[in-house]
Amino acid sequence: MIENRPLLTIFSHLMLILGVAMIAFPIWITFVAATHTDIRMTQIPLPLLPGGHFFENLDLALNKGLSGQSGQGVTRMLWNSLVMAMMIAVGKIAISLLSAFAVVYFRFPFRMFFFWMIFITLMLPVEVRILPTYEVVANLGMLDSYWGLSIPLIASATATFMFRQVFLTIPDELLEAARIDGAGPMRFFWDILIPMSRTNIAALFVILFIYGWNQYLWPLLITSENDMYTVVMGIKQMLEAAEQAPEWNVIMMTALLAMIPPVCVVVFMQTLFVKGLTETEK
Amino acid sequence: MLKNVHFGPSVLPFLLVAPQIIVTIIFFIWPAGQALYQSLLIQDAFGLSTEFVWLENFVTLFDEEQYRNSFGRTIVFSSLVAFLSMSFALILAVLADRVIKGSGTYRTLLIWPYAVAPVTAGALWVFMFDPTLGIVTYGLSAMGYDWNHKLNGSEAMALVVMAAAWKQVAYNFLFFLAGLQSIPKSLIEAAAIDGAGPVKRFRDIIFPLLSPTTFFLLVINIVYAFFDTFGIVHVMTAGGPAGATNILVYKVFSDGFVGLDLGGSAAQSVILMIIVIGLTVIQFKYVEKKVAY
Repeated sequence: MIENRPLLTIFSHLMLILGVAMIAFPIWITFVAATHTDIRMTQIPLPLLPGGHFFENLDLALNKGLSGQSGQGVTRMLWNSLVMAMMIAVGKIAISLLSAFAVVYFRFPFRMFFFWMIFITLMLPVEVRILPTYEVVANLGMLDSYWGLSIPLIASATATFMFRQVFLTIPDELLEAARIDGAGPMRFFWDILIPMSRTNIAALFVILFIYGWNQYLWPLLITSENDMYTVVMGIKQMLEAAEQAPEWNVIMMTALLAMIPPVCVVVFMQTLFVKGLTETEK
Repeated sequence: MLKNVHFGPSVLPFLLVAPQIIVTIIFFIWPAGQALYQSLLIQDAFGLSTEFVWLENFVTLFDEEQYRNSFGRTIVFSSLVAFLSMSFALILAVLADRVIKGSGTYRTLLIWPYAVAPVTAGALWVFMFDPTLGIVTYGLSAMGYDWNHKLNGSEAMALVVMAAAWKQVAYNFLFFLAGLQSIPKSLIEAAAIDGAGPVKRFRDIIFPLLSPTTFFLLVINIVYAFFDTFGIVHVMTAGGPAGATNILVYKVFSDGFVGLDLGGSAAQSVILMIIVIGLTVIQFKYVEKKVAY
């Protein structure tokens, strides 16, 4: 620091700890609620310290669900969320890498036309065209399927733009050298472009995984079978059931389960995640 | 944007763009066109008869008091969310930038609400503020305040704003911290030598240098509050009580899927579309050039 003011430094730390505590308080309460019995969770005041029923509640949430809901646990929902998030992340990265490669490295008719067609999608979030997109998916018979859950959300341009930026910074000499060595376009793509954009791919994966995992409105619309529900939808349904008989221990355990995967991804891949944010969204 | 060294024409580039173009046309261009077209129609709820009415849907919308109220509420909501989450994030970022030791730890501790789904965030906050059981409600009533967001519209709004802002603090914090750390230390040292204290330095040097980041975040936060808060509202208040938290993106959903007013819902979608396009253009025009990381 510029000048040495130990008091100010201590004050800064104190304020930061206070800030962190404020941010973390809801999560602490969730964790506490997930460790008590359902009976304790209906007694006022609610506990502020964890109880001893964590594993019991974990078992309840994973295998049985709420008592009113015919023994449906959230294991299947967690699996659906995982499949959906992975399909969106991998699918979007794959089609974006290919189209960015085509637009940056090839001269071909309608190149700019295709580019603008992709560009338009930057401006229209799924919420805006939700009804007609639903109709399209219904007409294609993709309701209640993993394809219906993921493909419509793959169609957007952010990733294409990021890869376009990345490719534009790769020196021309690399392509010349690859040509001299006799490499064709696909060879160049696999052996040079992909390895050189490794960190960008990873950063984007983190962002897209979270985006996919946290989707709510879209899965809510296009799934009607219990088997296809995602865990984020599961929470909402449990909350509705809680209007009659609150089983907050199970609901909060489910909330905890729903946030662990994306939070782990963010915390463990922090550096990549921050890099991905600051590079894609400016 | 084409590389100086590139491949000549062949079928290959068409095959490469094909997956994205196909997905874009089927799930993007076509439905967006449909939304535009539908906004000009009046359809009965069973889809039996349709009538082409030009802009009547839009005229009806702006005549409707409910819609105008929803517009106003959305503006109040998004300004509150943007202001709260940005100012809180800025304070934390300035403090974290000051304490060189441990700023990484604080970042890790602050970053994760970003990863929590809006619906999950809504569930946590609604649990804490439950009118009969909630732990915060209990605390408030001990202080003599009766909290019931199921009956009181402004309390419902406050609750939705808190949950939405809570989720967004992490994102703003990351950008402010990155912005602060890119300010040259020599500049601040020079000001310190000239006798400027921390507050004066922040006001006259640091904050002006941060303004591009601030402006960028303002646009991002408004877009977030307009569109990504659907889950929060749906879980916490479902637009209620008496429409007190019925923001635009929620109204599109409830009019279209619950009320089955397809033309009206599509017209609302088109208005939202225009707002996003406007914000995107502003962002590209003003921010792209000025923000430097």
